[in-house]
Amino acid sequence: MANGVVEGIAIDRSFWEERSRYRGILSWILSTDHKRIGILYLSSMIVFFLVAVGIGVLMRLEMISPGETIVSAQTYNQLFTLHGMIMIFLFIIPGIPAVFGNFFLPLQIGAKDVAFPRLNLLSWWLYMLGACLALLSLFVGNGPADTGWTFYAPYSIRTGTNVTIAVIAGFILGFSSILTGLNFLTTIHRLRAPGMKWFRMPLFVWSLYATGWIQILATPILGITLALIVVERVLGVGIFDPAKGGDPVLYQHLFWIYSHPAVYIMVLPAMGVISEIIPTFVRRTIFGYKMIAFSSMAIAFVGYLVWGHHMYTSGISDTSRMAFSFLTFLVAIPSAVKVFNWLATMYKGSIDFQPPFLYGISFMFLFTIGGLTGLILGALATDIHVHDTYFVVAHFHYTMFGGAGFIFFAALHYWGPKMFGRMYNKKLSYYAWGLLFVGFNTLYMSMFILGYKGMPRRYYYYLPEFHNLQVSATVGSWILVAGILLMFGNLIYGFWKGEKASQNPWGGTTLEWQVATPPPLENFHKIPVVETEPYDHRHKFREVK
Amino acid sequence: MNHTAELIMEKHHDPVGARIGMWLFLFTELLLFGGLFLLYAIYLHNHPEDFHYGSSHLNQFVGALNTIILLTSSLTMVLSVAMLQRRKENLAVLFLVLTFLLGAFFLLNKYFEWSAKISHGLYPGSDVLLSRSYGEVLFFGLYYVMTGLHALHVLIGMVVMLFLLRFVTKKRAKVAALLPADLEQFQGKRLYLADEQGRRIWESEPLGDSVREVAVVVDGVRTKEHWKANVIKFENAGLYWHLVDIIWIFLFPLFYLIAM
Amino acid sequence: MEKEQTVHENVHIGTYVMVWLALLMLTGLTVTVAGLNLQSFAIVVAIFIAGLKSTLVLNYFMHIKYESPIFRNMVLVVIVTIAIIIGLTFVDISFR
Repeated sequence: MANGVVEGIAIDRSFWEERSRYRGILSWILSTDHKRIGILYLSSMIVFFLVAVGIGVLMRLEMISPGETIVSAQTYNQLFTLHGMIMIFLFIIPGIPAVFGNFFLPLQIGAKDVAFPRLNLLSWWLYMLGACLALLSLFVGNGPADTGWTFYAPYSIRTGTNVTIAVIAGFILGFSSILTGLNFLTTIHRLRAPGMKWFRMPLFVWSLYATGWIQILATPILGITLALIVVERVLGVGIFDPAKGGDPVLYQHLFWIYSHPAVYIMVLPAMGVISEIIPTFVRRTIFGYKMIAFSSMAIAFVGYLVWGHHMYTSGISDTSRMAFSFLTFLVAIPSAVKVFNWLATMYKGSIDFQPPFLYGISFMFLFTIGGLTGLILGALATDIHVHDTYFVVAHFHYTMFGGAGFIFFAALHYWGPKMFGRMYNKKLSYYAWGLLFVGFNTLYMSMFILGYKGMPRRYYYYLPEFHNLQVSATVGSWILVAGILLMFGNLIYGFWKGEKASQNPWGGTTLEWQVATPPPLENFHKIPVVETEPYDHRHKFREVK
Repeated sequence: MNHTAELIMEKHHDPVGARIGMWLFLFTELLLFGGLFLLYAIYLHNHPEDFHYGSSHLNQFVGALNTIILLTSSLTMVLSVAMLQRRKENLAVLFLVLTFLLGAFFLLNKYFEWSAKISHGLYPGSDVLLSRSYGEVLFFGLYYVMTGLHALHVLIGMVVMLFLLRFVTKKRAKVAALLPADLEQFQGKRLYLADEQGRRIWESEPLGDSVREVAVVVDGVRTKEHWKANVIKFENAGLYWHLVDIIWIFLFPLFYLIAM
Repeated sequence: MEKEQTVHENVHIGTYVMVWLALLMLTGLTVTVAGLNLQSFAIVVAIFIAGLKSTLVLNYFMHIKYESPIFRNMVLVVIVTIAIIIGLTFVDISFR
């Protein structure tokens, strides 16, 4: 065989250079290699993310003064709908699982690919189809939907804007998400390397397992809810429309039965990534491995019990408001279990403040603020006061952007060198982090205060007393965007032209660091046999730099 | 030549993995209908009399007949799978065709049933329906959506059966294929087949530069690998068909049998 | 592993036919019961019989009885999830 194996490391071509029966772009968009599909997701996702960031900046710019600044009220409604739809359905829900899960799940469990590679490619195609439909809704008919990303009935049934196309796009994106979850669950059940017992799996894999179950068991509810909106609009069936006897609150029930578990689709994989990053940079095994693994499953489960806390003011019964409020507090338990275990892992560790670690622990800081303000919103009495204000917007962005978003960046810094084989400029990524962190807090902390003072979300006009804080939020958005652009610029340049990255630049102990950088097409020439816990730092690994 | 080219034999099959994947997919179907059952339960709770009255417009006989048809088709489906597992391909095809016909019969009944309702003006958004009580509007809304979605699933199942039919009757075996990565060195060379003594029994034209894959394919045979792959496909299609059956098992009493 | 892959080949054809007959009988039963005037109890009986029928289909036609326990457990998780969703929604609906 021409392809030699040195110390278990395959030295043949990386997956970047691998030739298949197709050439050029076709060798990418028709590839069933999980790594290429991960890169496909990453590149398309960054484009959508930047578009949605652009829309967000426009919204903030509009709010810099009361009344019309740059766009009309109707356009503003469409902008916040688009911002939410793109960020949620095209970036943060598929985000970490589709990019890093696809790329690293098989590597971390010692498999050559996922269980159903062709289905995996289909997921990406469905994702792109959904994205194209969402794009189409901008240019045909009466312009993009103006309902907010939640498509609440009955307005979504009556509005003349392109709700039908947007909702079909959501349905297709849901299908894509389901197929990814299905693939991961089967992969984890069937393709673990010999010796990789359930409790030897890296915690990122555990978090993907919990996420996969949510994707399977929650997404179909969104599918049927969105399908019903289409059926009501197109065929005139009466389900949610009060003019036909329907109960619009039931739409909210069904919508949140999916969309609350969906926030755990967004944040659980992020918790998995940080459980990888922390042991690597403190050179210690993770504290409370089993508890972190179980808490992922517990969050997935409890996530099904709390959707009603989105509906305290929708007219649901008092009994259920109290029940949902009580159940909501349960989420804090497994979340806190994780945070304390991460802290205990760092205790007395030799912490190495590399960029991935910095981005990673800012998650802990920001997510804790998001989580604690979540308790204010989960408590029935206080929620009535801040309901549907900027407070909710700020809370959501602290958990989703400060949580999942920052971890997406952390994962890019952590695993990017492995994916692309090149290292970015570390100094610049510290500067970018500084801008991100300052901008983020300026923007959303202003929103917390605004919301607390009573500024309602999605409003186009506001009272003069909110002006100063609106300005500071807008200035924060500029700093934030500067940070995002610097970070992506640095990463893209680094991954394209930077110096070559070593096989294990951070001294990680999981299996993905034992293959070449970037990994070869078939990942492992010989499937490894796993004999240790995932974060065993006692054996010093090859080239730690 | 062997040291540069690797032969990829038939793909690795994991029947258990395939079944896990299929079951997970079925779970999503269950939850899809679960959302509708939830709506049904709530609206029944809110408008019990209207639902009972709405149900009395439905034809119990057609509903029961369709139940029997679908249950029988589940039997023929499971028999088709069992026959293929025992490698009796012809019997498997026979039972598969029977299942397909029963599915078609079910849809035909459904068509006549819906036509009758529509000719009475009972369809979504019609003036006749909207002049009725809220509960009845909801009942018929759910009736059309749930039985319609179910019928769509029956139709999809039948399309899947057509594919199965093609897979099981196809007699062609890909015995071996060459790794695409190594093919560039083969440009302009000839491939030949050799017997065990190394005598050339057949030789190809020189390969062009557009050849991206070289495979040895034999027509007119059914290999064991081929059969194994088909068993997986039949089993999974069967699971899907039974799930469609289970959903009907619930739809039937909920719509046809609650009349008073 | 080989064992779990081939296990359903041992299911007797007669078993399938018996299950089918049982399903037909249960269908007859549920139609008959619907003819009696059980008022609000009727829906409970109908759901119960439908549950019995689907248990038969799941266990025999879909081979859950013969599969490794992981399949049965997964099905249970799904049923519990649907039950939770319906139950919690009714906490709202029935106290409104």
